[in-house]
Amino acid sequence: MKFLRGLATMALALLPMAPATAQDGPLRIEITEGVIEPLPFALPTLIAETPDAQQWAERITQVIADDLTGTGLFRRIPQDAFVSQITEFTPSVNYANWKAINAQALITGAVATGADGSLTVKFRLFDVFSEAPLGEGLSLSGSQQSWRRLAHRVADQVYSRITGESGYFDSRVVFVSEQGPKNDRQKRLAVMDYDGANVQYLTDSSSLVLAPRFSPTGDRVLYTSYQSGFPRIYEMNVGSVSQRSLQVPAESMTFAPRYAPDGQTIVFSASINGNTDIYRLRPGGGPEQLTNAPSIETAPSYSPDGSQIVFESDRSGSPQLYIMPSNGGEARRISFGAGRYGTPVWSPRGDLIAFTKQNEGRFHIGVMRTDGSEERLLTASFLDEGPTWAPNGRVLMFTRESAGAGGQPALYSVDVSGRNLRRVETPAAASDPAWSPLLP
Amino acid sequence: MRIIGKLGLVLCVAAVAACSNPNRFGAGDPGAGTGAGTGMAGVNDGAITQGALDPSSPAYFNETIGDRVLFAVDQSTLGDAARQTLIAQANWLTQNPSYTAIIEGHADEQGTREYNLALGARRAASARDFLVSQGVASSRLRTVTYGKERPIEVCSTEACYAQNRRAVTVIAAGGLTS
Repeated sequence: MKFLRGLATMALALLPMAPATAQDGPLRIEITEGVIEPLPFALPTLIAETPDAQQWAERITQVIADDLTGTGLFRRIPQDAFVSQITEFTPSVNYANWKAINAQALITGAVATGADGSLTVKFRLFDVFSEAPLGEGLSLSGSQQSWRRLAHRVADQVYSRITGESGYFDSRVVFVSEQGPKNDRQKRLAVMDYDGANVQYLTDSSSLVLAPRFSPTGDRVLYTSYQSGFPRIYEMNVGSVSQRSLQVPAESMTFAPRYAPDGQTIVFSASINGNTDIYRLRPGGGPEQLTNAPSIETAPSYSPDGSQIVFESDRSGSPQLYIMPSNGGEARRISFGAGRYGTPVWSPRGDLIAFTKQNEGRFHIGVMRTDGSEERLLTASFLDEGPTWAPNGRVLMFTRESAGAGGQPALYSVDVSGRNLRRVETPAAASDPAWSPLLP
Repeated sequence: MRIIGKLGLVLCVAAVAACSNPNRFGAGDPGAGTGAGTGMAGVNDGAITQGALDPSSPAYFNETIGDRVLFAVDQSTLGDAARQTLIAQANWLTQNPSYTAIIEGHADEQGTREYNLALGARRAASARDFLVSQGVASSRLRTVTYGKERPIEVCSTEACYAQNRRAVTVIAAGGLTS
């Protein structure tokens, strides 16, 4: 895959440091503390350092700006409001000129093309009111095809330095692209950048595909396909688009596959004679049954340390969330609010579990702590389902489907705070997003 | 309706050789026997005039006996109407031993995708188990769940949901393979 090759050659280097200045009250956004007013930043179009770098500079600048403003945490100051221009990529800037337009942060950068078709992007971040650089200047290189990744990397650095959280822009999403009427939906597996760019299809529409998941290394996906006529789990290498089937219990239908944090062990649901339980498949082993109940057990998700699995079960009479040890064994119920709970997904930070909740005819995406406390609903609509965490555990993406005969699914994202609900643009109707880890 | 049905039965008895023609299930003709009237090939001698369904045809099964049973919200238990339909389905399958069936379990859109897959599996198994209890060999039956992926009615109200919470017995010729 072009995209992944580009990334393998991407290099990163520190630039000479700017003179250090005392920082009192450094620039910082505390994401957890409810940011109401987005932080204003200035981002002059990156400087083209070689004659043919101008188009790259403009495109990369736009992606950096879109990444930052898309979080809802930042607001870009229009360039025509600037009282001075950046004409050279230097370690020092005239802070007064940026204070004058109330820029809290200033991002400067430059782009150069190489004879070998490479791109080099350099940037610096300044805390205008503290009159100090925020972190060191960085230089990133990659192929021209990876220009969007270079931009995402810069934006991740800016986001990370200001929020203290790791970024999530340099990541991908695997999802199901949908076409056709509601009673004859065609579905294809697809991957895209987190922002909807660079869509690539992994399957054709000849058989139903459902609910893919990225491996912890981002190079493979697990999913369910009806290519045999029956639902069955498969693994695909995203780079080579080669598929392998997985050893599953005989006479079973299998679905809801998920990776363990080790990237090798897989858990999934198997329906045998109408009863659905959770099974595990370890490398070199056969399927091991982890739950054994006449109720429905499905939608498993590992804790980041691999020691526990949260899953959905209707053993109490309605679908609720439970946590069990990853080897199976006694499960404890964690959802106790009104309504039905499903598709639990453990946060990559380990602190929260996101879920789908159905109550009084509405669907919600929500989060709760791992002991079930502090439940918060982040969204509400006719049908929201299937949350997936951004790699930094601060944003969730999910499926929202509209009602009625013309109902269509689309992808949406929302902050874990419940703010910044946004539609993720896709070329066609889309469902079942699953976020990759940050790309290496 | 009943009169036409009886007529169809009489006509088929007259054409019994064609109705049970083993070539219908030949390996070289996988489409045979799966559509309305397919089994009537070779008997167009003028005796059939009203288009009545051959009682041993899948079309008769689908339209006259009824190929589906419906379920209450979240349920996989069979009501009286569903049991009556399945008893008739079992009788038909007993009388037409060359056919196999795949029982599809479906759910309405009110639920998450994976839970609905499990629920569809439960409904399909419920219908299958009842057919087996009525004497149909389990080796002739296979189940598949579609969850909420294949609604037949597309509105988002209970009128449509009620039709979508279903188990459909899809008649096929020949053996079952995966």
